[in-house]
Amino acid sequence: MMNTILTIALVIMAITLALLFIRVIIGPSIPDRILALDAIGVTLVGFIGIIMIKQDTIVYSDVVLLLSILAFVGTFALSKFLERGAVIEPGD
Amino acid sequence: MTVLHWATLSPFLIAILIPFLYKYVRKVHTGWFVLLLPFTLFIYFLSFLSSTREGNVISEHLAWVPSLGINFNLYIDGLSLLFALLITGIGTLVVLYSIFYLSDIKEKLNNFYVYLLMFMGAMLGVVLSDNLIVIYVFWEVTSIASSLLISYWYGREKSIYGAQKSMYITVFGGLSMLGGFSLLYVIAGTFSIRELIANADIVMASSLFLPAMILVLLGAFTKSAQFPFHIWLPDAMEAPTPVSAYLHSATMVKAGIYLVARLTGVFGGSPEWFWIITIAGLTTLAWGSISAVRQKDLKGILAFSTISQLGLIMSLLGVGSAAFYFQDGNNALYTTAILAAVFHLINHATFKGSLFMAVGIIDHETGTRDIRNLGGLMTIMPITATVSLVGLASMAGLPPFNGFLSKELFFTGMLNATEYGIFNLETMGYIIPIVAWIASVFTFLYCMIMFFRTFTGKFDGSKLKVDHVHEAPIGMLISPVILGILVILFGLFPNVLAYSLIEPAMAGILPGILNPGEFFNVHITHWHGFIPELFMTIGVIVLGVILYLSMSKWQKTAFYLGERDIFNYAYDYGYDGLIKGSQWITRIQMTGRLRDYFIYMCGFMILLIGYTMYKFNLPSFNTMELSPIEPFIWIVAIVFIGSVIAVPFINNRLGLIILTGVTGYIVALFFVVFRAPDLALTQLLVETVTVILFMLAFYHLPKLKKEKTSKGIHAIKLIISISFGVMITLVSLSAFSMGSTAGMPSISEYFTEFSKELAGGYNIVNVILVDFRGLDTMLEILVVGVAVLSIISLIKLRFKGSEDV
Repeated sequence: MMNTILTIALVIMAITLALLFIRVIIGPSIPDRILALDAIGVTLVGFIGIIMIKQDTIVYSDVVLLLSILAFVGTFALSKFLERGAVIEPGD
Repeated sequence: MTVLHWATLSPFLIAILIPFLYKYVRKVHTGWFVLLLPFTLFIYFLSFLSSTREGNVISEHLAWVPSLGINFNLYIDGLSLLFALLITGIGTLVVLYSIFYLSDIKEKLNNFYVYLLMFMGAMLGVVLSDNLIVIYVFWEVTSIASSLLISYWYGREKSIYGAQKSMYITVFGGLSMLGGFSLLYVIAGTFSIRELIANADIVMASSLFLPAMILVLLGAFTKSAQFPFHIWLPDAMEAPTPVSAYLHSATMVKAGIYLVARLTGVFGGSPEWFWIITIAGLTTLAWGSISAVRQKDLKGILAFSTISQLGLIMSLLGVGSAAFYFQDGNNALYTTAILAAVFHLINHATFKGSLFMAVGIIDHETGTRDIRNLGGLMTIMPITATVSLVGLASMAGLPPFNGFLSKELFFTGMLNATEYGIFNLETMGYIIPIVAWIASVFTFLYCMIMFFRTFTGKFDGSKLKVDHVHEAPIGMLISPVILGILVILFGLFPNVLAYSLIEPAMAGILPGILNPGEFFNVHITHWHGFIPELFMTIGVIVLGVILYLSMSKWQKTAFYLGERDIFNYAYDYGYDGLIKGSQWITRIQMTGRLRDYFIYMCGFMILLIGYTMYKFNLPSFNTMELSPIEPFIWIVAIVFIGSVIAVPFINNRLGLIILTGVTGYIVALFFVVFRAPDLALTQLLVETVTVILFMLAFYHLPKLKKEKTSKGIHAIKLIISISFGVMITLVSLSAFSMGSTAGMPSISEYFTEFSKELAGGYNIVNVILVDFRGLDTMLEILVVGVAVLSIISLIKLRFKGSEDV
């Protein structure tokens, strides 16, 4: 029973991933894509959580934490680049 | 090291001293010091005469690379001694001549004598060694020394051209000869010539007999300027005249003759050897004598005449090799040719040496060697004229000079060949004496041209560069006069040579034919009676005179005017074509575009691996051990494949970076699914850092451009990419299925079992990284460190122009 629910959840998340991916591909604008990438990161967090339940393990908790941070950092870097034209601005 | 070894190597040792003598003893011409050496060696080698005359041989052993069968063994029999005496004897005269020919103020004598001594030592090594590899080593040193001597006046373009040409041709031959020697070693298991001769029947029976023979002959033919490899010799005439006299008439060009004579014992008696050498010799003889008639330069005439005479000796060796077929040493029918070859070898060295020296004198005193500018020198240079007359008459084959005797013997040998009755000689044999006779007519003709055009006629000083033409100084005349006297002496008393030198040399060329205690019947006489040879000689003289007298009729023909050998064009075009061809190939493959190199590399890998798979009946599939795939994986996999396929179609760089980010994240997800937490962590970090790095460098990256290429290239790229992907897939599938059927246990069992027990850790991946396989990790840290330092230096250090780290 539990296993079936988890499988269904995973399939739904995979479909989400696919839809987000379509957004990455067709855009149309760069911010659309960046948002899609960010959302992919968040979806992956959920994904990995469910897989942890399914595989009955906690070793991926680090991955989940790191993923949340990195998705943020990545999105931040891309956004900053879009806004300022550079990720790290030269000092004064 | 015995005395003989020291004697062979002494020219090299003295060559080391020459630069010091040249530098610190300026008052004395360096040649005087050099002169002592060949003279001493000549006396030393004369001392062996008595023992070789008895049929004894001297053999000295010195290990060099014994494990490979390469030993510096020296071996003196009649043949080696004859050559050693020629080398040292003519060497002495040439050094004496060069002392007066080359000025000690204007010329770089240290170079000259170092090269000359190098050559002399190498030549002695070639003729005295018993080991094929040692012969090869010395052989190449003669090639190098010869090129150095030809390019002695290295400021002249023609000298460099001649040196290059002779180098290419002789080294080409030398290398094929090495191949032939190696094959002989494969056949008989020894490099020693004497052992090869003892095992001649094994060599004969081998399937490698013909390749070995042809390769060795290529070496001999290139060195001895046989047709069509003769083209380097006329261009080698750019060398100083003493060099031409020494190397290109008396010694180096006879190295090939020596080799053929020496190996007759190994290869002789077979029809291939007989025909190849005879035909090559006769062709060279005819071609050289006809070409010599066309020359206008005195040295050019002598060069082609040398070619022709070498062809003569070679053809005699070919005809004489039949003696091995009959195994009959006492029948003069079969051995006359060898006798003629040895005798003419000596004669040619004497008269050609004197002629070259005479030409050198004319060049030295008048400033030109062109027969169209010369004339009427008889009264101005009486001694030179006399020496030339003697030399030319001998070369033309007139009595009472030695050339007459060897030419008669040559005709006898060639006529004998028609009576052998073997090797198809019954049907084709008559060609041999006819070609020989025609070549002799031309020989006679160019000898006449050379003498009468130079010394008779009207003297015209206005054509010459020198104001006052006079006879050469006495020192310069000594050597040619000595050689001229020898020509007459050998002509009048040929039997002085017969038993002391010629007979032992024949025994050296035809080993094992005579029973012990027997000697070849060598008796040379001037008068044989009214035999065909005499009428052939008379015919040569008559026809030669007629041709010379009618010269004004054919002087304007294209045959006479075109003095350059047609094979030179072949060489020049071939040389240019080789350079152009290789440049063309380089241009095709070395485009400088990474894209093309990838096409080559991937294409090659596809072909190679595809062929291997085809050969071993792959790919193989085994679905036995496959795991089930969860439903959501299908969707993720499709997304993953989609993201990879989408990459080539995106034109926006930022979009591309985001897309690769997506791909990387999905890979991390796969790692999670396949239970690799550490990999997933690292993958996520690396992916994010890569994306950020891209953003950092983004500003400096050029705009993405669509490559404008033809559809053909696009198609090739598509085909290569697809087939590469397919190939890797097939390889992976096959590897998996073969791995599962091989039945070998995985080593990971050990790690899971002992990770805690031996290393005290539960995280197997980390234990492997830092404990079981810690060395790899250390080096990967090093890689990262080097990368960091390189980035820093790339950014901080900004060199300009030729600066370097």
